[in-house]
Amino acid sequence: MITVSSETELAKVIAGAEAPLRVIGGGTRGFAKAVTGDVLSTAGMSGIELYEPGALTIVAKAGTPVAEVEAALAAEGQRLPFEPMDHRALLGTEGIPTIGSVVAANVSGPRRMQAGACRDSLIGVRFVDGRGDVIKNGGRVMKNVTGYDLVKLMAGSYGTLGVLTEVSFKVLPATPAQLNVVVRGLSDAVAVQAMARALGSPFEVSGAAHLPGEMTMLRLEGFENSVLYRAAQLTDLLQEFGEISVDEADLWAQVRDVTAFAAQDGDVWRISVKPSDAPKLVEKLSVKSVLYDWGGGLIWALTVPGKDVRAAMVGTGGHATRVRASDRDLPVFHPEPASLAAISAGLRAQFDPRGILNPGVMG
Amino acid sequence: MEMPNPNAAILSRKAEIVARLKEVLPADAVISDPTETRAYECDALTAYKCPPLCAVLPASTDEVAAVLRICHEMGVPVVPRGSGTSLAGGALPTADSVILGVAKLNEVLETDFDNRFIRVQSGRTNLSVTGAVEEEGFFYAPDPSSQLACAIAGNIAMNSGGAHCLKYGVTTNNLLGVTMVTMEGEVVQIGGAHMDAGGLDLLGVICGSEGQLGVVTEATLRILPKPEGARPVLIGFDSNEVAGACVSDIIRAGVLPVAIEFMDRPCIRATEAFAGAGYPDCEALLIVEVEGSDAEIDAQLALILDIARTHNPVELREAQSADEAARIWLGRKSAFGAMGQINDYMCLDGTIPVSALPLVLRRIGEMSAEFGLEVGNVFHAGDGNMHPLILFDANKPGDLEKCEAFGAEILKLCVEVGGCLTGEHGVGIEKRDLMTTQYTDTDMEAQLRVKDVFDPNWLLNPAKVFPLAHTESRRAG
Ligand SMILES: Cc1cc2nc3c(=O)[nH]c(=O)nc-3n(C[C@H](O)[C@H](O)[C@@H](O)COP(=O)(O)OP(=O)(O)OC[C@H]3O[C@@H](n4cnc5c(N)ncnc54)[C@H](O)[C@@H]3O)c2cc1C
Ligand SMILES: Cc1cc2nc3c(=O)[nH]c(=O)nc-3n(C[C@H](O)[C@H](O)[C@H](O)COP(=O)(O)OP(=O)(O)OC[C@H]3O[C@@H](n4cnc5c(N)ncnc54)[C@H](O)[C@@H]3O)c2cc1C
Repeated sequence: MITVSSETELAKVIAGAEAPLRVIGGGTRGFAKAVTGDVLSTAGMSGIELYEPGALTIVAKAGTPVAEVEAALAAEGQRLPFEPMDHRALLGTEGIPTIGSVVAANVSGPRRMQAGACRDSLIGVRFVDGRGDVIKNGGRVMKNVTGYDLVKLMAGSYGTLGVLTEVSFKVLPATPAQLNVVVRGLSDAVAVQAMARALGSPFEVSGAAHLPGEMTMLRLEGFENSVLYRAAQLTDLLQEFGEISVDEADLWAQVRDVTAFAAQDGDVWRISVKPSDAPKLVEKLSVKSVLYDWGGGLIWALTVPGKDVRAAMVGTGGHATRVRASDRDLPVFHPEPASLAAISAGLRAQFDPRGILNPGVMG
Repeated sequence: MEMPNPNAAILSRKAEIVARLKEVLPADAVISDPTETRAYECDALTAYKCPPLCAVLPASTDEVAAVLRICHEMGVPVVPRGSGTSLAGGALPTADSVILGVAKLNEVLETDFDNRFIRVQSGRTNLSVTGAVEEEGFFYAPDPSSQLACAIAGNIAMNSGGAHCLKYGVTTNNLLGVTMVTMEGEVVQIGGAHMDAGGLDLLGVICGSEGQLGVVTEATLRILPKPEGARPVLIGFDSNEVAGACVSDIIRAGVLPVAIEFMDRPCIRATEAFAGAGYPDCEALLIVEVEGSDAEIDAQLALILDIARTHNPVELREAQSADEAARIWLGRKSAFGAMGQINDYMCLDGTIPVSALPLVLRRIGEMSAEFGLEVGNVFHAGDGNMHPLILFDANKPGDLEKCEAFGAEILKLCVEVGGCLTGEHGVGIEKRDLMTTQYTDTDMEAQLRVKDVFDPNWLLNPAKVFPLAHTESRRAG
């Protein structure tokens, strides 16, 4: 394993590399196709470099543990808006997740629906591309349209365009109070309608998940009186859907981390679709187990091993990512139409002309 | 500001190019008469003008593709155009270019309230997108002040923002998908009604690419339910420093206003003379707006006013009625017009870390004296996006150049304190030559390589965004 402790060192390693490199942060999300090459760890580039609570911005080196970033923010009553998932339980991995890998995989949780994905909070990056060039884009201010937005391009590029060395985020105040409005007894289709009703209301729902056979949960966050008021309004609004209760149980970390699938055998798929398409798609998939997040826009599906859910998605928009599978030959990412695949391949060829960064991870 | 010399070979083939374009478009959609092409000679950066070779107004994605195939084949540069409200010269033509205007593409294609999106053709104006969904209680969040006129196409190209983006984000955060035509004439669909990209985030890089990567013809946009209500307060201070500290304290207290707007004394005086909104004559003024039910608004405003009081404001004004709320916003909304009443002005758009606010305002004041040009500041304080308005007299020889030099100094200062050249208006031609202050050659090279992938021959809006010297070899090729 190659470890680097600075950007300069990293640039030298990449420029001098003669064989493929397998980039890791904490190695907790190791569900890609087996990648060849030396392991290059970024965990040595660690530390928060700047945090200005009054400006809602934080800058950290890519190898900084996510927990360290979250703790620094919590100490000031703030948080990462996009609620990144912890993959360890689901994937049965160990290690310390890094903030750079959250960016590399654009990892976002239940609040994504309201507050945006990781890429929406990301305001700046520094990285070393496959040529060994050190590149910066964006910065530490939340409004910046100077030049092309490579910040977004780097988010979700899984270390195939460059190795991140520094990431900057716009953060948000954490909310002092939280309540769940819970509806029980809904079929998947009706649950998605109920969630649509709630999400189309002005009551600022920040989580909308359906656990089939159990309940449909709507999360409200904010100041206490406001949360109480909105819970009452939502209860009224959803009356016709059935039995409604309001509770304080915090089940959102379980939704975020899909812990329900952790102990169950089978392949795990993450499917992003138009919410109203979700129940019909799930019917076609014959899943072992399913969880709906993002008001139905995100399906977590547990299937029998070796089944490619994409066959059922023809004619439905959206995309499916294979997150856990015994058969590692199934492609991780949804195949792109030829025109987009050509653009993506062109970008990879520009940023990594020798094809040495995580080859095969994305295509 | 320099523009590349027009390609004489293209100018000499004008008749042939126009004839080819007329083969794929109705005759009235190809504008080549010099008296008529003048309508496209500039955008809202009116100091720079140049009529294009011709302008085309296609009415469908297929027509856009046909036009681009011809221009690609004939090696003719294309400048996409929405409504021409760019303040950066993004839509400024060169004499050898074809203006491709999307004004005829203005239909709503689909509204879906259950899934909270709208699909529109890209020439549709920003405000009319909200207009198409507001009866159902929804709105499209990014709200540039130019929203009555500017098109979604231009908003996507510039990644435009607005007064409410502290809470709702800018265009890129509200864009779900596009239909785009590449310079080669290929139609691609990126994203859609679902969230996030499967592969690389191409949508993210197209948004904000200033018409250099492809021509966007349709867009899927996120729509949001309208809040129950909104109400502003006005807070006046006798020092910019204190106003800046108050902004930071409000944010730290955990309230997230939808807007925090800041005006300084020159701007307050100008707007008072122009609009008579009844603003106090003080050094700095904040307008803070919050949303929710009446009770929620009361609670948030109480917290904000408590914080403000610790900073000894000279004025605290809570809107008691819709009428009073409108009066609080009146001055802010007429700020540009008010400054325009006094003289010609140039509107800058750098962003700074909020903590650098007092320093930057002081330096701008000092530079104003050095250059002998007045400047008023009005800006989105919550996110540090400044809008210094420099007054000059376009008829006075040398004044424009002096104003540009002053503007450049302000933008360099923004970069120096950790900010950037442009927060929402884009680089265009206006800030093109300052890119080297923010980016190294390597940083820029990475961006140029992205354009190489989408537009290998560098025909789409080629003379923008990057210093000409950095793109010369590519444009020539
Ligand atoms: C192929 C693949 C698909 C994934 N899909 C999803 C998904 O759909 N949704 C989701 O929520 N999470 C997904 N993840 C998980 C995500 O990677 C983890 O959640 C991540 O945050 C774990 O942190 P880590 O430090 O242990 O990451 P690691 O497991 O070490 O790395 C995760 C990914 O990021 C890359 N990476 C790590 N550090 C850097 C860096 N500094 N610069 C550039 N690249 C870096 C790695 O090469 C790897 O591709 C995926 C991961 C992989 C490998
Ligand atoms: C009074 C005033 C107030 C303003 N206030 C704000 C504000 O509050 N916030 C803000 O962000 N901006 C503001 N602006 C700037 C301007 O309105 C925005 O940049 C707007 O998005 C431009 O839209 P447009 O349709 O007029 O684009 P145009 O000016 O026509 O073009 C802008 C850019 O978009 C490209 N483009 C146009 N159409 C396409 C297409 N179909 N495909 C690809 N590229 C295309 C052009 O090539 C050009 O580079 C303001 C402007 C004025 C005059």
